[in-house]
Amino acid sequence: MKYVDEFRDRDKAAALLHAIEAVTEEIRPAKALQIMEVCGGHTHAIFRYGIEAMLPDAVELVHGPGCPVCVLPMGRVDDCVAIATQPGVILVTFGDAMRVPGSQGSLMQAKANGADIRMVYSPTDALAIARNNPEREVVFFGLGFETTMPSTALTVLEAERDGISNFSVFCNHITIVPTLKTILDSPDLRIDGFVGPGHVSMVIGSAPYEFIARQYRKPLVISGFEPLDLLQSVWMVLRQIADGRAEIENQYARVVASGGNAAAQRAIDAVYEPREHFEWRGLGSIDHSGVRFREAYARFDAERRFVVPGVRVTDPAACQCGEVLKGALKPQQCRVFGTDCTPETPMGALMVSSEGACAAYYRYAAKTV
Amino acid sequence: MCLGIPAQIVCIDDADRMLATAEVGGVRRQVNIICIVDDHHPPESCVGDWVLLHVGFAMSRIDAAEAEATLGVLTELGEMAP
Repeated sequence: MKYVDEFRDRDKAAALLHAIEAVTEEIRPAKALQIMEVCGGHTHAIFRYGIEAMLPDAVELVHGPGCPVCVLPMGRVDDCVAIATQPGVILVTFGDAMRVPGSQGSLMQAKANGADIRMVYSPTDALAIARNNPEREVVFFGLGFETTMPSTALTVLEAERDGISNFSVFCNHITIVPTLKTILDSPDLRIDGFVGPGHVSMVIGSAPYEFIARQYRKPLVISGFEPLDLLQSVWMVLRQIADGRAEIENQYARVVASGGNAAAQRAIDAVYEPREHFEWRGLGSIDHSGVRFREAYARFDAERRFVVPGVRVTDPAACQCGEVLKGALKPQQCRVFGTDCTPETPMGALMVSSEGACAAYYRYAAKTV
Repeated sequence: MCLGIPAQIVCIDDADRMLATAEVGGVRRQVNIICIVDDHHPPESCVGDWVLLHVGFAMSRIDAAEAEATLGVLTELGEMAP
C-alpha cells in the first residue's frame, strides 16, 4: 500500500537501529533514558512490530495516556449506559468503546440486555441512522482526542444545517496538552523526551507543544505510525538529547503541517468550549482537559437532553494505571496485571483497548514476562 | 482510536456537500473532504490526491515530496552505516 509499505523497509530499519545504538553510546546515560510515546496508536504499533525489544537496554519506552477509550472513567460509561437504556434511544458508538467497563457493566453488556446499541465507523453513519429513524432519539457516543473532535463537530454542523432534531452527542472528547502538562508536573516524572502524537498534531499543528521544549526543556518529535517512523522519531529524540537540544521536531511532515488543519480547527472552535475539568481514568481530574458543546449547540448535547446519573466512580483500589501511565511502573509490575486484570475482563484503563499499554503487553509481550 | 489510513480520492460525489469517494486497498467508501478543501484546492482538484482518512473524513493531504524527503534521510543514514 502506498505510504505504508515503504515505511516498513527492513534495510532502513537496520540502519536506524544502528544510528540509535551509536547515539545512545554517545550519550552514555547513567540510567536508562525514558522516552514516552503519548499516543495509543503508537503504543500499539510499538508492540505489534516489536520495536521496544530492538532498542538498546539504555532506552526505555514509556506508554503514555493517549488512548481515549482507556482513560474514559467508569462514571461516564455508566452515564452512557443510562442514556442507551432509555426508551426510544438508539445509542451509536465506535466499536472500541463497547467493552469499556463501567460500574454497572459495559455497553456490550447493555446491548446483550436488549438496549439498541449500534457500532459505526464514522459519526456521519450515526447521523444517517438518525435520518432513517425520525421517530427515535439517536445519540452518538463522541469520544477521542483532537483527531476525532472535528469529525463529531462537522457532523453536528451538518445536523444543524439539515434540521435534524433527533440527533445528539454524548460528548467525551478530551485534549492532550493539559494532560501532558500534568504528567510533566508530576513529582515522580522521569521522562527524558517525547514521541509526539501524529494525528492529533495533524489537526492542532506543532505550536501547542512549544511549552514542553521551552518551559520543561524536553525534546518532542511528532511521529508517524509505521515502524520506520517510530524508529526515526526515537533516533531524533536521542539526537536532541545528545546535542543538548530541546525542540519540537516533526518526523511526520508528509501528513502534519506545522499549523495543523485550519478547517478542522474552525469546526472545533465553532462547536466546543473547554470544560473546567474532566475526569481521566488512572490520572484523576485534570483542568481544561475536556470539551463540551457551546450554548449555541446545546440542543445537540445529550447530557442536557437526557437525565444522566453523573456520579463519579473511583477506580478499583488494586489498579496501578496511574503509575504505569507516568512511567513509574512497567505494565507487568502492576499487582493485578494478567491475573485479576486481563483484556477479556479488564479492571484498569490500560487493559481495555488494544491501544492500552497493558493490553498490548498482554497480547504481544506476555510470553516474555 | 486516532488511527488514520492513506487513501486516494477517486471521484467527487457531491461538491456542495463535500462528499467524495476514496479508495483504500481496493475498497471504496464515501468520505467527507471539507478539511482538505480551500481556495487553492477546490473539490474537483482533489481527485487523484492521496489523503489521510480518519473516521470517514479526509483530514490531511499527504505530501509526496515530504514523504520522499523522509525516506531520503533514511537512505543516507543507511549509506553512512558501516
